[in-house]
Amino acid sequence: MQDIIRQLEEKRAAAELGGGQARIDAQHAKGKLTARERLQLLLDEGSFEEWDMFVEHRCHDFDMDAQRVPGDGVVTGYGTINGRLVFVFSQDFTVFGGSLSETHAEKICKVMEHAMRVGAPLIGLNDSGGARIQEGVASLGGYADVFQKNVLASGVVPQLSVIMGPCAGGAVYSPAITDFVFMVKDSSYMFLTGPEVVKTVTHEEVTAEQLGGAITHSTRSGVADLALENDVEALLTTRRLVNFLPANNRSKPPVWPCEDPATREETSLDTLVPEDPAKPYDIKELILKLADEGDFFEIQPSYAQNMVVGFIRMEGSTVGVVANQPMVLAGCLDIGASIKGARFVRFCDAFNIPLLTLVDVPGFMPGTAQEYGGIIKHGAKLLYAYAEATVPKVTVITRKAYGGAYDVMSSKHLRGDVNFAWPSAEIAVMGPKGAVEIIFRKDAGDPAKIAARTEEYRAKFANPFIAGSRGFLDDVIMPRQTRARVCRSLSMLREKELKNPWRKHGNIPL
Amino acid sequence: MFKKILIANRGEIACRVIRTARRMGIRTVAVYSDADREALHVRMADEAVRIGPPPTAQSYLKIDAIVAACRQTGAEAVHPGYGFLSEKTEFAAALEKEGIAFIGPKPHAITAMGDKIASKKLAQKAGVNTIPGYTGVIKDSAEAVKIAKDIGYPVMLKASAGGGGKGMRVVRSDEEAKEGFERASSEALASFGDDRVFAEKYIEEPRHIEIQVLADSQGTTLYLNERECSIQRRHQKVIEEAPSPFLDAATRKAMGEQAVALAKAVQYQSAGTVEFVVDRDRNFYFLEMNTRLQVEHPVTELVTGLDLVEQMIRIAAGEKLAFGQQDVKLEGWAMEARVYAEDPFRNFLPSIGRLVRCQPPAENDHVRVDTGIEEGSEVSMFYDPMIAKLITYGENRDQAIDRMADALDAYYIRGVSHNISFLNALVLHPRFRAGRLSTNFIAEEYPDGFRAELVPKDDPALTIAVAAVAHRVIVERSAKLSGQLPSHERRLGAEYVVIEAKQHHAVQVVSVAHGWEVNYAGHSYRVVTDWRPGQPLLKADVNGHQVTFQIDRVGPKIRLFHRGAQTDVLVLPPKAAALTRYMLDKAPPDLSKFLLSPMPGLLSRLMVKEGQEVKAGEEICVVEAMKMENSLRAPNDVVIGKLLAQQGQSLTVDQPIVEFG
Repeated sequence: MQDIIRQLEEKRAAAELGGGQARIDAQHAKGKLTARERLQLLLDEGSFEEWDMFVEHRCHDFDMDAQRVPGDGVVTGYGTINGRLVFVFSQDFTVFGGSLSETHAEKICKVMEHAMRVGAPLIGLNDSGGARIQEGVASLGGYADVFQKNVLASGVVPQLSVIMGPCAGGAVYSPAITDFVFMVKDSSYMFLTGPEVVKTVTHEEVTAEQLGGAITHSTRSGVADLALENDVEALLTTRRLVNFLPANNRSKPPVWPCEDPATREETSLDTLVPEDPAKPYDIKELILKLADEGDFFEIQPSYAQNMVVGFIRMEGSTVGVVANQPMVLAGCLDIGASIKGARFVRFCDAFNIPLLTLVDVPGFMPGTAQEYGGIIKHGAKLLYAYAEATVPKVTVITRKAYGGAYDVMSSKHLRGDVNFAWPSAEIAVMGPKGAVEIIFRKDAGDPAKIAARTEEYRAKFANPFIAGSRGFLDDVIMPRQTRARVCRSLSMLREKELKNPWRKHGNIPL
Repeated sequence: MFKKILIANRGEIACRVIRTARRMGIRTVAVYSDADREALHVRMADEAVRIGPPPTAQSYLKIDAIVAACRQTGAEAVHPGYGFLSEKTEFAAALEKEGIAFIGPKPHAITAMGDKIASKKLAQKAGVNTIPGYTGVIKDSAEAVKIAKDIGYPVMLKASAGGGGKGMRVVRSDEEAKEGFERASSEALASFGDDRVFAEKYIEEPRHIEIQVLADSQGTTLYLNERECSIQRRHQKVIEEAPSPFLDAATRKAMGEQAVALAKAVQYQSAGTVEFVVDRDRNFYFLEMNTRLQVEHPVTELVTGLDLVEQMIRIAAGEKLAFGQQDVKLEGWAMEARVYAEDPFRNFLPSIGRLVRCQPPAENDHVRVDTGIEEGSEVSMFYDPMIAKLITYGENRDQAIDRMADALDAYYIRGVSHNISFLNALVLHPRFRAGRLSTNFIAEEYPDGFRAELVPKDDPALTIAVAAVAHRVIVERSAKLSGQLPSHERRLGAEYVVIEAKQHHAVQVVSVAHGWEVNYAGHSYRVVTDWRPGQPLLKADVNGHQVTFQIDRVGPKIRLFHRGAQTDVLVLPPKAAALTRYMLDKAPPDLSKFLLSPMPGLLSRLMVKEGQEVKAGEEICVVEAMKMENSLRAPNDVVIGKLLAQQGQSLTVDQPIVEFG
């Protein structure tokens, strides 16, 4: 018995040392923390419960017999973030470069299964050189097992990935399926084929950072939701995000006590929308002034910036915000914005997070680049996501709501629950100038007539009254009172129930 | 008394005049340009009249538009405020012709004081000290010595064509005068091709001290003592106070009497200001007379208990002053700081844009905020970017300074840059506290401009203690999140590490009645506050001292702003804090490869193409901001790599425009 306990202690000590002190030092020298240190920062102090510490790989080829490290390159288990249960895996780069073996994959699958069974978020900290090549197809099978679990867990429990080192080849597809991907600047990259292969095949010279660094994916590709400065910031930010998320698709968003009054008036919002309809303004000011305590967790802040999405709280409880950003491309919907918005709306709908939509949209982006790129299909994603969503949906039109984009942005017609407009709202098929040029084409040569017709159109449609008279709007509200009105609407909608017809799954235009 | 007056101005001064008029039961009319349609002064007034588009030449400077507005509204009198038309004789005359009272001096007085040379002559005639000098051309060094002796040393010899310090010499003796003249004239010849030199009394450690006068139409002319406005940056007053820490009663009286003599000489009516320069021996010399209400008039109001705008209105209505010279009080100390939308860390570049947040300190008996803009207002490119005048009062100078520092702490402004850090640094400067002022103060104390390192640090332990408490309040609330594992809820430890600029400060935070006790570096700080997450101001009692910190959250960090200094901290439990030591310092990106926009504006012209070779100093693009074209040139011989912005695009500050190859 004593012997067993001694052996246990030895094994534990070996597992905790991972790939050994030299490799730990190398990891630190790169500004990276070890797998266990990362969990220490991510989870509440002392809350981590580790599983499968003694798992070892089963490979006998290529002298792998001689190299066994208990834990096999990934630390798994559960713990709490602010007392709330989360399941975690953290790949250990010091053990075989964090490579994924059959057993490594089994450990990950085990926590994923538990996460789904008890309904708690899964957080993966990725730092892996890729497949354990020595194991060959067994390792590939392991990846596929993880992918399959990711897909089954999608929409059941929130899945978060933090990329804190390499993540290449097939490995990228596990994070790609998860709900949120954070990347650490300078020390992480994600790509399917690395710079060497790219050079051989396409003769492009590109660095790993340019090809798949945190900046690339958070600004150009949209693969990553956030790029963080370092491991510490990435993990603390992950904690902040988890505070917003429900544990699973059966529970409501978490709540904390909030002393920011729902009735707080923001008089300055009355002057947010400039008088000149061509002048931009920053929609984030509205979001920050509506949110409890001005706290806004923005998702994809550097990608498709004409659309702003993220989480706020209202009266202590999570709300997903989707907003057009007049500062960028006048808030037009383009391919990137549609995809960004659609994915966020679907996440919120899957996890019972009410949606607040702030509309100032002049329409879809015109041009061959957009049409050839398939804006029809991508724009339809946003439409589909809103139409499908059954969570409480509150909409505020601040200024322009033109054309098809008006319909798409959580309009009454897509089962918007409460649709408000500010007095500055203009709900119309298009802007007065464009409309008059079409309706009164014969007067095109007469600027005086055109001006008069434009004024006529503006007087008729450049206001919220027509839409209000049809019941497409529930009320016209003063900007300063927006927080109070939205809070009240969300409170009214708290027990909303709405079901879509049974189906295996819809066929969103992918 | 008038029933209705029009205020021919905008911003804080229009609001300030309206307040007094309303108190006196007089109806008010505001005028506005298109840029000010929603402005505070327009909303405060009983009526408002649009007078034109935003540029001042087409609105606030248009005499006929303002006269028409008076006619339209039936206003009986006009208060011009300061600036704009306040010292335009034509305006006062145009109103006189219409039978509308001008709340200010008569046209002849404005004219008489409007010309620098004429006013100096007039002052001399009225027995006012003027700076001794010789405006003729000095023939040779012998004459230079004679003239210098007449003026009295020290004397400054200046090139007539001069500027920029070239051809300027301060001489203190006959020998120096002889040599200095020769040097000055040869330098002048070399620099300007003109060797003419003139002489003037050199003022040592000059101070700007001005006398407020008040005169009615019935022959009473009083002086309301002085204001010292020596703290100036490029001739712009930054901080003003009353009284001056430098004057003695005798000098005050002498200056006051000379100011009155000058006012009487031009049959002055209304409020006016006689500006003097005072040297280190309290010799004072006339500079000019401002025939209007001064920006800094509130400091006089606080120490005299008078409302100058009320007095101006009463005088314009023909009333006699209700008090005499012996009734003019001088009680306590008042200080004014001009809060501007400008970036002190970027060479005071004006900052325009929307005031996303603007919460002035609470007004009370010793804090006054004169402002014309509010949260949501736009600091416009068309007008002076002043946000407010912050005025504090104390029983003595120290108290007024302390209250100013406290009030600056509580002034929460976001959305535009502001100069609060600079104002704080000034009022907390030991030399300022000691009252050793001079108009060269800023140039002498900040010879290389103002930088973040020059903000004087308050007790750093105070910031650490407050940061620890703020963090504790935040995590205590987080620990109340719903959905926690039953009986495994979040437990908070007492030990934390406050990390500031890579320095780790271990603290212990213990909850005590009504607050927290923070133990740090062997000291105990009892912090009592009702701050809640999201509130911009954390007001606390720390060991009996009242402090105010501005708190913002930046990701996981807390940003504190106090005494003009901004501090970003990360607060973590000790084990987590230890792990931050492994994080690498990342070198900031090499910006020398980029041409950055120095200010927010419009990229109005981009003259280069990708791959083009550009010589040092060649123009690359033009950024238009505040109606000014700013030409950006190549720093050295470069090849244009990538164009990162397009012509016509609006730029934020520091946005890259061009990447060099």
